[in-house]
Amino acid sequence: MDYWRKSPKVFWSFGIPPTIWLFALFLAPLFLVWGLSFGEKQGIIEVAITGTLENYSRAVQPLYLQIFLKSFWYAGLTTFFCLVISFPIALAITSASERWKPILLLLVILPFWTNLLIRTYALIAVLRTNGYLNDLLELIWLSADSGLRILGLGDWNLFGERFHRFELLYNNFAVVYGLVYVHLPFMVLPLYAALDRMDRSYIEASLDLGAGQWRTFRSVIVPLALPGIISGVIITFIPALGSYLTPDLLGGTDSQMIANVIERQFKSANDWPFGAALSFLLMYLTFFALAVRALLTRHNEKGLA
Amino acid sequence: MSVRSKNLIGPLDYTRRTWMRLVLLGTFVFLYAPIVTLVAFSFNDSRRNIVWRGFTFKYYEKAWNNSSLVEAFTNSLTIAFLSTLISVVLGTMTAILLWRFRFPGKAGYEGAMSLPIVIPEICMGVAMLAFFSRIGWPSGLPWPLNLGAITISHISFSFPFVTVVVRARLASFNRELEEAAKDLGAGEWQAFKDILIPHMRPGLIAGTLLAFTLSLDDFVITFFTSGPDTITFPIKIYSMIRFSVTPEVNAASAVLIAITLVMTTFALWFQSRSGDHGGVAHG
Repeated sequence: MDYWRKSPKVFWSFGIPPTIWLFALFLAPLFLVWGLSFGEKQGIIEVAITGTLENYSRAVQPLYLQIFLKSFWYAGLTTFFCLVISFPIALAITSASERWKPILLLLVILPFWTNLLIRTYALIAVLRTNGYLNDLLELIWLSADSGLRILGLGDWNLFGERFHRFELLYNNFAVVYGLVYVHLPFMVLPLYAALDRMDRSYIEASLDLGAGQWRTFRSVIVPLALPGIISGVIITFIPALGSYLTPDLLGGTDSQMIANVIERQFKSANDWPFGAALSFLLMYLTFFALAVRALLTRHNEKGLA
Repeated sequence: MSVRSKNLIGPLDYTRRTWMRLVLLGTFVFLYAPIVTLVAFSFNDSRRNIVWRGFTFKYYEKAWNNSSLVEAFTNSLTIAFLSTLISVVLGTMTAILLWRFRFPGKAGYEGAMSLPIVIPEICMGVAMLAFFSRIGWPSGLPWPLNLGAITISHISFSFPFVTVVVRARLASFNRELEEAAKDLGAGEWQAFKDILIPHMRPGLIAGTLLAFTLSLDDFVITFFTSGPDTITFPIKIYSMIRFSVTPEVNAASAVLIAITLVMTTFALWFQSRSGDHGGVAHG
């Protein structure tokens, strides 16, 4: 690596265009929103930046605090389920043969690359009241009933009643289900990376010395994979916390998360300063999570050295 | 592995345990069943029924004849094309800058460059909305100039991703090659053009495909920067989904899935090639 003074012409010609773009068309908009969050609404679209903290104090009122807490709860539940599902998956991929490893990894990554909107739509098509899952269950129900008719038990004699379709969508269950569906690869990949790096002889040693599989898992595998677990937890938690589309499309009226409230302030409620304050609070939470991750991974690296 | 008998499952052969296989199978069903059903039923000759009534392309035909859907698709491709072009140039410049130079404040600069990757999409979306309305970005421009705002926001979040990919490729570059070229009389520009660019090529291609997919797929940020006459494909699908679930939407979605799959496969392929040992890249 050269010091920039060694060839300043090259340095400036590569450095200036992207830096201007970053400042003018990314950082400036962010800075504008930061400014708006200290502003007051005047008229329909006029906002005067007065340096007020009103928007922030409104954001921590019980009504909005509750939405923050709910978002934390959903993102936390999502992270938990992702972790529970991903651990065996990552472990299985690590111990798969060289031929299967890339295939299994690709199978985990591919949905991640499919459009988020379309994956959410696919969930709607499958889970809604008139969706494929309910259709399938009804079909099974009906054919079971007509099968029983041969035995004289048909016409709902045994089942008691007709098939009732399940209301699977537009509730909190659907939101968490959708979030897990969308974020699973975020957890599998860092876990896999950590488990794959792990020295297998530790596990063998533990098993040889008489520890059972469960004990080995708890006292050897989990502690060794801890940096990967922390990484995975934070990498899953951050996007889950800021999710907009999943609660918007799969949730009911009471499943709004922070992002949905922000969207409402900027679109239908038209209260930009308040929306700006909420979006910066969300951003601070994200930075906090990233800082925790950086701190913990550094701590872990030191511990291992 | 081959030494072991087929029937004996070693203690570390997690993949060969039945319950583990069931978990794997269950997860893949969980991940794929919705998408596969969606695509399958876009070919089913029945409006709403789980029963298979025969193979048909009619919903694709219907989607194709839906002029607003096609218009949205054209818009998306145009935006993705322009955004990719500029993102790759800017991203590559940043990658070279960060790879080649030490300079004061570099850590902060790198942090700022990774912001578009890490901040929540919603925050970036509202920032772009506020920004374009504050600077009075003109609306009602003729096509394709009216797509400017969306294209600019796509570039802002795409080019740092290109930087990451290209920089990873640059890590395997042997600086001595460049020095040799310069010793042999090549100028800065010629060394760049004939030595560095060919080496970066797999990374550039992977970055291009990544930027294209990111732009084509984006919903949230576009949602805040698009207007009534600048509808993109995901925005159009979103408004159709809100309305109802139809095989026509399934067909449109299947097309987008197919495009992303092809692009991703190529990107991963080039990415794995760019992971090869350094030295001169071939072709």
